[in-house]
Amino acid sequence: MTAVATDTRVRLTGVSKAFGSGASSLLALDRVSLDVAPGEFVCLLGASGCGKSTLLNLVADLDRPSAGTIDTGGARVALMFQEPALFPWLTVTGNLELALKMRGVPRRDRRARAAGLLDSVRLGGFAKKRPHQLSGGMRQRVALARALALTEDDTGSGQDTVLLMDEPFGALDAMTRDLLHDEIERIWRTRGLTVLFVTHNVREAVRLGDRVVLLSSRPGRVVEEFPVPMERPRRIDSAEVAALAATITDRLREEVSRHGA
Amino acid sequence: MVHDTTRDTAHDPATETAPDTARDTGRAPARLDRELAGLDALELGGAGRPRRLAIRLWSALWPMAAAVGIALLAWQAVVWSGWKDPWVLPGPADTLPVFWDQIRTGRFWDAIALTMWRAVVGFAVAVAIGLAVGALVSRFRVLRRAFGSLITGLQTMPSIAWFPLAILLFQLSESAILFVVVLGAAPSVANGLIAGVDYTPPILLRAGKVMGLRGVLLYRHLIMPASLPSCVAGLKQGWAFAWRSLMAGELLVIIGDTTSLGVLLAQARELNNTADMISYMIVILVIGIVIDQLFGAADGALRRRWGVDQD
Repeated sequence: MTAVATDTRVRLTGVSKAFGSGASSLLALDRVSLDVAPGEFVCLLGASGCGKSTLLNLVADLDRPSAGTIDTGGARVALMFQEPALFPWLTVTGNLELALKMRGVPRRDRRARAAGLLDSVRLGGFAKKRPHQLSGGMRQRVALARALALTEDDTGSGQDTVLLMDEPFGALDAMTRDLLHDEIERIWRTRGLTVLFVTHNVREAVRLGDRVVLLSSRPGRVVEEFPVPMERPRRIDSAEVAALAATITDRLREEVSRHGA
Repeated sequence: MVHDTTRDTAHDPATETAPDTARDTGRAPARLDRELAGLDALELGGAGRPRRLAIRLWSALWPMAAAVGIALLAWQAVVWSGWKDPWVLPGPADTLPVFWDQIRTGRFWDAIALTMWRAVVGFAVAVAIGLAVGALVSRFRVLRRAFGSLITGLQTMPSIAWFPLAILLFQLSESAILFVVVLGAAPSVANGLIAGVDYTPPILLRAGKVMGLRGVLLYRHLIMPASLPSCVAGLKQGWAFAWRSLMAGELLVIIGDTTSLGVLLAQARELNNTADMISYMIVILVIGIVIDQLFGAADGALRRRWGVDQD
């Protein structure tokens, strides 16, 4: 907690990442600098090849940057994917209990903690189900509960937690996605999470983010940041969201068209 | 639809009953709950009622019964065609009473007991060795390069080709039979495990990494369970090879004074007793099918539990 000042939860300074080496090396991220405040909801937006997923992998410490530094100040970091990636051989509660075990929660507390997490994603009655018995949206909520299991402290607070979400609702239908926007917003608020949310859906980014960070493609650079001033709750189909989304979309298209030339 | 944007937390009745949602966002939490619950219920749909046991049994059994009937008919047709004399190739009508007499003798059951004992011991040893080798080879890349193709090669090698060596090494003994049974089955078991480990879905490996699964824990909680279906397939194939090797062994390695299915089969041939011979062959076939069905049931249960096939 001491390394990062209290007004910054995640600090990326000049982060670059290259894959491969020599002439065939591919620069995925180029000197990306970004500060995320505690409790902030930041959406990373970009076209294909902007290195969004690479960036999250780096913040999650699954990979090392080629240059630059990433400071999460000892915060607990969890990563959610587009796929729920639940273990099919475990029940819903079994999946959560395994995550809690890896967190070092004692065996006798795990069942109750898992039940509490399931309640918080409104799936209290589904503990004994297997992942394949749930719908896509429900599985993604279990995956969210698992990410929370990996990060919440013993009081259930997410104050020093960073939740990284890699297009988590990209595979869901619009109706489910809309409800899950409300749901993630609610959990973010009540737990005081810090969220880095990757998406290629501009409206989704504006609907959810305190700030939208636009990335360029090949290599990924920060092109522009858009604060989102609208009051919450927002509706994805509201005029304000649409207006800002249109502005960002124009900027994004401009960025994309540079690659066609 | 009027969206609730004017929330006053101090007077919101929902916050009094659910304090953790006091700082909740936009939509009234109770309404979001209802919407989520409604969508969940719609998406899960109504589960079809399970069919009655009798109906399920009938739908499983009648195709088998029909297949047996067709096989018997084909056999009878060959006999009717007069291609072979009836004492060389007796028909079902002559053979089935002999079969019935056979399965009521103590000698027959002694033979089955000895053969099954060999099969179980041989298969158990093969499983132990196969799993150990498979675990090592899948774990260490250099072992994979060294032994990967050798294991596949062993799997394709007809086990009967091992018998001359086995007899030289162990003479006509139980060990010779066991040796070949183990060599026949172990490569399949090892290959099943290796394939299972190789095809652990990368997305699950990523999720495991995020959870901090490493080393032994990674194997215990992720790779082992993920490779289970492929492992069961390997066991099933291993059993088939073990059973074939055992039958070849019992025909070739006849140990004095023992009664096994192979011995009975060899004796029936020496006495030109085709009806007996066919009876024993039917028994060998039936044992093979029954055990294969057991593996199939284990495989099916696993798949249903995982949701790999839903019918």
